[in-house]
Amino acid sequence: MDLTYAPEEEEFRARLREWLAKTLPDLPARPDPLDWPGRRAYDLGWQRRLYDAGYGAVHWDASPTRRLIFLEETERAGAPYVGANFVGLLHAGPTIAAEGTDEQRARWLPPVVRGDEVWCQGFSEPEAGSDLAALRTRAVRDGDDYVVTGQKVWTSHAEIADWCELLVRTDPEAHRHRGISWLAMPMDAPGITVRPLRTLVGPAEFAEVFLDEVRVPVANRVGAEHDGWRVTMVTLSFERGTAFVGEVVACRRTLGGLARAARANGRWDDPVLRRRLGRLNAEFTALWRLIQRNVGAARDAGGVPDAGGSVFKLRYSQVRQELYDAAAEVLGPCGALDADQQWTADRLSSLSYTIAAGTSQIQRDIIAERILGLPKGR
Amino acid sequence: MDLRPTADQQALQAGTRELLTRRFGRDRLREAVEAPALDRALWRELGAAGFFALRLPEADGGVGLGLPDAVLVFEEAGRALLPGPLVAGQLLAGVVPGVATGERVAGLCDAGRGGECLWEHPGDCDELILLEGGDPGDPCTPCTPRAPRAPRAPCDPGERGDLGGADGSEAAGSEADGLVESGPASGARGRAFWNAPDWPVLEPVRSIDPLTPLARVTSYPRSAPRSLDVPRLRREAALLTAALQLGSAARTVEMAVQHARSREQFGVRIGSFQAVKHLCAEMLIRVEIARSAVYAASLTERSLPVVGAKVLADEAAVRNARDCLQVHGGTGFTWEADVHLHLKRAWCRVEQWQSGGKAEEALAEALLADDVGV
Repeated sequence: MDLTYAPEEEEFRARLREWLAKTLPDLPARPDPLDWPGRRAYDLGWQRRLYDAGYGAVHWDASPTRRLIFLEETERAGAPYVGANFVGLLHAGPTIAAEGTDEQRARWLPPVVRGDEVWCQGFSEPEAGSDLAALRTRAVRDGDDYVVTGQKVWTSHAEIADWCELLVRTDPEAHRHRGISWLAMPMDAPGITVRPLRTLVGPAEFAEVFLDEVRVPVANRVGAEHDGWRVTMVTLSFERGTAFVGEVVACRRTLGGLARAARANGRWDDPVLRRRLGRLNAEFTALWRLIQRNVGAARDAGGVPDAGGSVFKLRYSQVRQELYDAAAEVLGPCGALDADQQWTADRLSSLSYTIAAGTSQIQRDIIAERILGLPKGR
Repeated sequence: MDLRPTADQQALQAGTRELLTRRFGRDRLREAVEAPALDRALWRELGAAGFFALRLPEADGGVGLGLPDAVLVFEEAGRALLPGPLVAGQLLAGVVPGVATGERVAGLCDAGRGGECLWEHPGDCDELILLEGGDPGDPCTPCTPRAPRAPRAPCDPGERGDLGGADGSEAAGSEADGLVESGPASGARGRAFWNAPDWPVLEPVRSIDPLTPLARVTSYPRSAPRSLDVPRLRREAALLTAALQLGSAARTVEMAVQHARSREQFGVRIGSFQAVKHLCAEMLIRVEIARSAVYAASLTERSLPVVGAKVLADEAAVRNARDCLQVHGGTGFTWEADVHLHLKRAWCRVEQWQSGGKAEEALAEALLADDVGV
């Protein structure tokens, strides 16, 4: 057990910190959340700066420890979040890097790393949520193309994406896990209709995507035909392993701000509230340590996070909701019910955390069956 | 940076488990439930194996290891429900002669909590050290122990201090020998007093845990102050207690999973029901959260991480024991099953060194000062 970082890792941290201090003051103002083209330009612009400074592919080619340092330092410095580059950098990109041909890697990875192209994710369907393998979007071979028909849902950034990582059923006769393929679909292909969905927070943050005989070249399939389920599992483990590192740092800072706000408005005098905040302090500190433990495990497993990611995701999503419930108490009725308060929007969006990227119930199944070895069953 | 135990540490942990399985298996555990007096032969064997001298320098006959290693060993002791004043043994090995080898048994009491001073295994201890003040939650100034001093003869009854009346008995703390801070009683640095087993006034307590005999200390002489680093003793006592809780929490997950994998109802193993498997999954999460906090705290050796680790490990031990009981159904409610032994011991340890409320207050207070993030 050792909490100290190697000298070359500390050097990496110091250089990054220096670069962030120099770069962040020059960034343009953040765009309005409703301005999709503005958000695309902003997020891609940030990725371009990372690329120019040599950090563009840090999620793929750096060690898990450096990745952790990168996420920690960028968050601490208040750098932009990965935003519209999320799927490209953390889902589709790593999947193509792991499973694609040389040609496919050369086509799709450099534009993601340089901040030229945005990806979105076409996995969930109206009838295939937690039970993802029930997906029904069909892809029928026609010469050198697949002809794709069906519907996807909860697709973030669909409005501004160049590519969609798409799961389709290529063999309807096969057992459900075995007839699925993974395709890279160009979002400007004819037959794609994107309909934004408003979340309960207010703005449209994701979309439905309708596919009506969309032609996708067979050459855009990553991995073998009908092998898309295995290819997908690679992607999902990336998502649960690293996606929330920066957020834990941010939550811990939010908690400090909350304590000071309570002190300022007098609610600090309530010992029940103080104790809640104190317990959250212990929780977020422990979550950070769990991340550090998982990084060690990921290093041994060749960079792919294991089921420890499920343990983290489950607890983190619960504690994040508790944080914003505590925030509502600190703010009092006027603050907590005021939709213009940032706290309120954050409280509302925290409700998605126990659902997105695998519901808490699915995570518990994974932990019980894959880690504890309990029998399968519902 | 790697928070996982090294190969050497894994070997240490495996060796401890092997020793405890051999010398304190289930039969021996159940015998101890009926006859809780400390097994002195086992205690000496633990001493010979280096259990108490783990962190003493090799030149002094110790093993020369550190707090992270002690935490791993204590995790195993908690797992096996090993009885006895284990934390006192580990912390006083370099202080009280004979403790390191297991020849003598020392007790360590938290006397800073009003009239609520509990002494575990009072009938088994040859010596008793009582700590006042110096809580991890108190504003803490770093302090170094001064030269150790031999304990003095027992005081006359006039010097006997009443618990909770620390202020009034400050004079008895004897500034004369320079061991006790002048100024307000207790305070950040804290004080330690040496007592022979027959000096304190005790009130009998029939302990809820058959493996942890208890007595309530109502008063004791403060005539024999010891120059000890009280905040450090408290910090390490809380951390090692958290490690015991962690081991117990990990064991009750195993017990619940074992039962859920074999017990059949409705024609299937009950572990296939989500209502049961999700209980088990939550138990594992508590263990992994607590383990992350306990391991990290053993490396930083700062008081706040220790406080946080104790809070989370307490919760893991108590709630896991309760969920384990629930998974076992009626069997779990019997004396015969081991589940209640884990729960009762966990309840005892919750009351030791850091209580939930005070610990949470200390963690909250730290938020006001700190804007660095995790």
